[in-house]
Amino acid sequence: MSILIDRGTRLIVQGITGRDGAFHTRQMLDYGTRVMGGVTPGKGGTEVHGVPVFDSVAEAAAETRANASVIYVPAPFAADAILEAADAGIGLIVCITEGVPVREALAAFHHVAGMRERDGKGRPRLVGPNCPGLISPGVSKVGIVPGTICKTGPVGVVSRSGTLTYEVVHQLTEAGLGQSTCLGIGGDPIVGTSFIDALELFEADPQTRAIALIGEIGGSDEEEAAQFIRRRVKKPVVAFVAGQTAPPGKRMGHAGAIISGGSGTAAEKMAAFEAAGIPVARTPSEIPALIGEALGRRRAPRSRATTKPAPGRKAMAQGASRNGKRRGGSRARTGTRSRSGSARAPRRATRGRSRAG
Amino acid sequence: MNLHEYQAKELFARFGLPVLPGQVAASPEEARDIAASIGGTVVVKAQVQVGGRGKAGGIQLARTPDEAFHKARQVLALTIKGLPVRRVLVTQAADIARELYLAIVLDRGRKLPLVMLSAEGGMDIEEVARTRPERIVRRPVPLDGIRPFQARSLLKPLLGDGRLVAQAAEVLLKLWRLYHDSDCTLAEINPLAVTADGRVLALDAKVILDDNAEFRHREWTTWRDPEEETPGARMARERGLSYVKLDGDIGCVVNGAGLAMATMDLIKHYGGEPANFLDVGGSSSPEKVTTAIQIITGDAAQGQGIRALLFNIFGGITRCDDVANGIVQALERAPLQVPLVIRLTGTNEEAARKILAAHGLTATTRMDEGVRTAIAKAQEVTA
Repeated sequence: MSILIDRGTRLIVQGITGRDGAFHTRQMLDYGTRVMGGVTPGKGGTEVHGVPVFDSVAEAAAETRANASVIYVPAPFAADAILEAADAGIGLIVCITEGVPVREALAAFHHVAGMRERDGKGRPRLVGPNCPGLISPGVSKVGIVPGTICKTGPVGVVSRSGTLTYEVVHQLTEAGLGQSTCLGIGGDPIVGTSFIDALELFEADPQTRAIALIGEIGGSDEEEAAQFIRRRVKKPVVAFVAGQTAPPGKRMGHAGAIISGGSGTAAEKMAAFEAAGIPVARTPSEIPALIGEALGRRRAPRSRATTKPAPGRKAMAQGASRNGKRRGGSRARTGTRSRSGSARAPRRATRGRSRAG
Repeated sequence: MNLHEYQAKELFARFGLPVLPGQVAASPEEARDIAASIGGTVVVKAQVQVGGRGKAGGIQLARTPDEAFHKARQVLALTIKGLPVRRVLVTQAADIARELYLAIVLDRGRKLPLVMLSAEGGMDIEEVARTRPERIVRRPVPLDGIRPFQARSLLKPLLGDGRLVAQAAEVLLKLWRLYHDSDCTLAEINPLAVTADGRVLALDAKVILDDNAEFRHREWTTWRDPEEETPGARMARERGLSYVKLDGDIGCVVNGAGLAMATMDLIKHYGGEPANFLDVGGSSSPEKVTTAIQIITGDAAQGQGIRALLFNIFGGITRCDDVANGIVQALERAPLQVPLVIRLTGTNEEAARKILAAHGLTATTRMDEGVRTAIAKAQEVTA
């Protein structure tokens, strides 16, 4: 299994005749994604890489029974493309486009959220904008994540970034840790799918056994995710936060990556994860080792749990939090649930690197 | 984009918000002339985009045009929190009875605009939020806007008097119109003053615009302050690269914002100091790479200089051979004066290595190794 996309995903590409749309249509076809059609108003009846082009999402959906859409249209028209897909009954809408104004992003978000509430079955769902999309290795990819760096396996990856996600996924793959789904939720201040949404999906996905969460400065999505993990996620999570050296008030590339009014710093976010008992990698290369450790722990703790049947996540997290405070200076800052974790983590990180070869 | 107070007040005036007459001056002479034309007591205000201007002596009262001249000369000589004061706003003074805080800001958590209102105007609102959060009223704004009765009911508890409430409600509704129509992520009035003679006035104005909406606001380009930008920052903006200058000595060129931040962090983690954030973008052409090198070396030439230049490229959509070609072309145009460290991995990596090797360059595949090498080379330069 995987989250959001699987072999049943029937995709249309909005903006298929554009440079990016055409290029990534080819890439997705080569990966095995079932690209059923494309949409460019005024170009209906043509083809791109053998994929039929339609004038509207409604026509494309009716002809192809598509259930997902990926959007590559230019920023001024991207929000309209999201609304068009939603109104055509598309269940999963992935907006790759960068540069959508906040005003339109808000309108699209609330429109889709309202429809989803009425639907009651979680449809439609919006991913992005300003995201790389998602890939379920060996099954399907929707967006621009390079398929070559991924491998099937138990790790769910969710991130606000693009290339940093590839970096982490690549390192996981090299360490022999495959992925269930890698999901980029986007670098804008307003995105359709939050960390919490992704965590909920990964928690329910049987293939996923551990989760790597890659956050960055700006907003409070990571802090909310930390609270959510503490209360609701049983699977182990490893976090990383980019932008520890970012100066306040400066936009670091992503529209959403900005420390404003002194809040949204990496330090706050890392502290929030640690307080929730979530191991925090200090560098991307520590992630595979921490994930490997988490996967090992997931199987092992049955024996440890005998002293305390079905250990409540909350209790463990509180223990770790107290631990974390005492060991504030610990370099690896694992904030791990196992008592000895912090002290041992640097060695594990080393082992992870050597395994990664 | 953050606007200066004088720009924000121009925008305020356009939306009918109550601002006092005033004009921006770049010299004491201009300040004197403006003060003379306004008449009476004026305030001379430093136009720098930081809080705490008053405490730093950047806000001065002047009773006569000559005093305005002298005060402007003082203020124009200041550097506030590292920013030199290049302009002052000379504006009519007000007889303030009360100071409130009123703002509309994008609430990323709620995914709605948020009205923030406080009786503690004129203060640093972040300080109020930290120490006395109960003193700030927060009300999310539905996407279809604020209704007049809602504005009145929000302001009534603070102002009491019906005439003041009516005036302030008008201010809030206009501020909402401005926030919405001008694609703001922040529109702030601090203080929103109540004068002794019962008027409600916006005595300060702070506006942050959503850069993504610039395509539909042609006037924004005229608001950009060229003096606030380094030459590198200007070049980056004009060529569509994301760039932020920092204080360190290791320049870095990275594809992707997240990876660029992580690269900076890793430099710091291993004991170095990054000189910049630079994202060359997803589909990096050779031209973008040469531009990136020019941006970093150009800005470095102005400051303390860089001691090493690190490329960190994860080829996905970006093709490593494009980056390699860019590096080679840039070096042919202008040889680097500092060590170059290249990390390349992913799409067309092998082709990239061949291109680099033909020019006597090598590249590592690991980010950690690239960063550590760059730091070591920078230290050699220092020693």
